[in-house]
Amino acid sequence: MIGVISYLVFFATVASILAIAVLGLNLHWGYTGLFNGGVVAFFGAGAYGTLMLGGAPQPHLGGFEWPWIFALIGGVAAAAVLAWIVGLLTLRLRHDYLAIATFGVAVAFENTMRNAQGFAGGAQGIRGFERPFREFAGNGLGWNLLYLALVLVALVATYLFLERLARAPFGRLLRAIREDEEAARSLGKSPARIRLTSFVTGSAIMGLAGGLYGTFYAFVSPQDVLPILTFQIWAMLIVGGAGNNRGAVAGAFLIWGAWTASGWGLSRFAPVDWQLYAGSIQWVLIGSVIVGMLMWRPEGLFPERVGEDRPQTGRTT
Amino acid sequence: MRGSVAEALGIVGLTRRFGALRAVDGVDLSVERGTMTGLIGPNGAGKSTLFNLLTGTLRPDAGTVTLMGQDVTRMRPEARFAAGLGRTFQIPRPFARMSVLDNVMTAPTAQLGERLWGPFLRPRAVAAQEARLRARAMEVLDFVTLAPLAQHPAGKLSGGQTKLLELARVLMGEPSVILLDEPAAGVNPALTELLIGKIEELNRGGTTFVIIEHDMDLVMRHCAPIVALAEGRVVFQGSAAEAQSNQVLIDAYLGGVHA
Ligand SMILES: Nc1ncnc2c1ncn2[C@@H]1O[C@H](COP(=O)(O)OP(=O)(O)OP(=O)(O)O)[C@@H](O)[C@H]1O
Ligand SMILES: [Mg+2]
Repeated sequence: MIGVISYLVFFATVASILAIAVLGLNLHWGYTGLFNGGVVAFFGAGAYGTLMLGGAPQPHLGGFEWPWIFALIGGVAAAAVLAWIVGLLTLRLRHDYLAIATFGVAVAFENTMRNAQGFAGGAQGIRGFERPFREFAGNGLGWNLLYLALVLVALVATYLFLERLARAPFGRLLRAIREDEEAARSLGKSPARIRLTSFVTGSAIMGLAGGLYGTFYAFVSPQDVLPILTFQIWAMLIVGGAGNNRGAVAGAFLIWGAWTASGWGLSRFAPVDWQLYAGSIQWVLIGSVIVGMLMWRPEGLFPERVGEDRPQTGRTT
Repeated sequence: MRGSVAEALGIVGLTRRFGALRAVDGVDLSVERGTMTGLIGPNGAGKSTLFNLLTGTLRPDAGTVTLMGQDVTRMRPEARFAAGLGRTFQIPRPFARMSVLDNVMTAPTAQLGERLWGPFLRPRAVAAQEARLRARAMEVLDFVTLAPLAQHPAGKLSGGQTKLLELARVLMGEPSVILLDEPAAGVNPALTELLIGKIEELNRGGTTFVIIEHDMDLVMRHCAPIVALAEGRVVFQGSAAEAQSNQVLIDAYLGGVHA
């Protein structure tokens, strides 16, 4: 029983952290139409930044032992600064090129972390992070529950922040730029500035997710910033419904549930000689989910709402 | 009659090439304040390109543009809108996955809530401004008869309704000069009459219009002066009566209209 509960707590924590990242991507793609193909770079900047600032002294850079909350804020800032630089360089690009450029940034980020032994611990990553609140929550289920609560607070705060933005003139402006940049310019809007604001804000949210993720495992390595994570986060947004924050959160839980269930199912029921390929089979599954969703229900399970509580039906032409 | 005081748009030597093609070729034109200028010419004459040069969507290879006496040649499109120049597109560009009301409320410049922190730092001021904008947007939608469709997705409007929506969006910025690219194309006759009626009402209120239109009957009845463009050059400028008796225009463009 305890085993089931602690597993559920573990699952909910990871799913909630991913949901925060999906909310960040929703700001990019759902609201602004920015095709960020390198989500893991910003997620990773948050995770690495948090662990470097908050961790114990190490042979590599970092280990400043900052109090956790400041380390986390530092991680978010690292993601924001990275996004600002990447944004200045790439945001003039159109969708397809922006996707490729940001994908490249993420691959470069992973390779840098993997090879920069003295900077980021290389392939071994960064360990030895002092988890917050250990003194009174211990190390077992108690800590996990406390941490889940913290993550949920972060998720709810992010959700409320984005909902407020989406309903404000700022959100309207983002959607206008997503829909038709030239028309927006003819109405006095400056797309470049607003795209950058959206890109940095969404990436900072991804950085927050990364910082919470790194804290949870007290460890981060190049294995945590592989392209598969970008695809998973995209699948969550597409399934949940781009342009709808509730959909983004629901998509995160659904896809993460399906992902863990398929991993468990494969390890339990698949023939032994298939086990080797379990990872690849999961890749194929997630790819099929994305393609299937785009073909049959491109608006997602929770479509964007247009007008006053008027769910949009079908595709717009 | 010419002179910068009475001039809404001053166009001097405006030129734009696409490769070897001179789409707009040394256009000189003075649009007087309060007029409703009809811009005609065959397909490919350079009419839409001229609009794009005026709004800053395209950069000219040569020439200058002034708006209400101010040189705007180097201004970006968004700044020109703020300076009082509005435009619609030949192929309408609604914000399709937004409601009609949201389309219209997007237009006003300098909205407090358009800043990232605006809704959090100054919630009351933003809410008050939103309420004012909403009321004004509903007035404008009412004016173009789209008020009942305020909550509909703009992508679901008919072609004619989309033209009205573009006009409504532009009106929110209260521009002094409005450029309309084929406002009647694809619009049914009843809606066209309505649209022209609205345009004339605004024109009487002092707004200057330049209208590209292929419907000669409409241009002759409502526009003065009439400017004809061919191969990027101004080939005629005058009243409707003069246009109808101008042999070059009749041969090149008007032939058959009054048969
Ligand atoms: N972006 C562009 N690149 C290359 N050529 C262009 C471009 N825009 C317009 N042209 C060319 O410039 C010429 C003028 O086009 P423009 O759209 O201004 O004509 P128009 O007078 O508006 O015609 P229509 O009545 O058909 O709308 C045409 O030959 C067109 O093919
Ligand atoms: Mg044209």
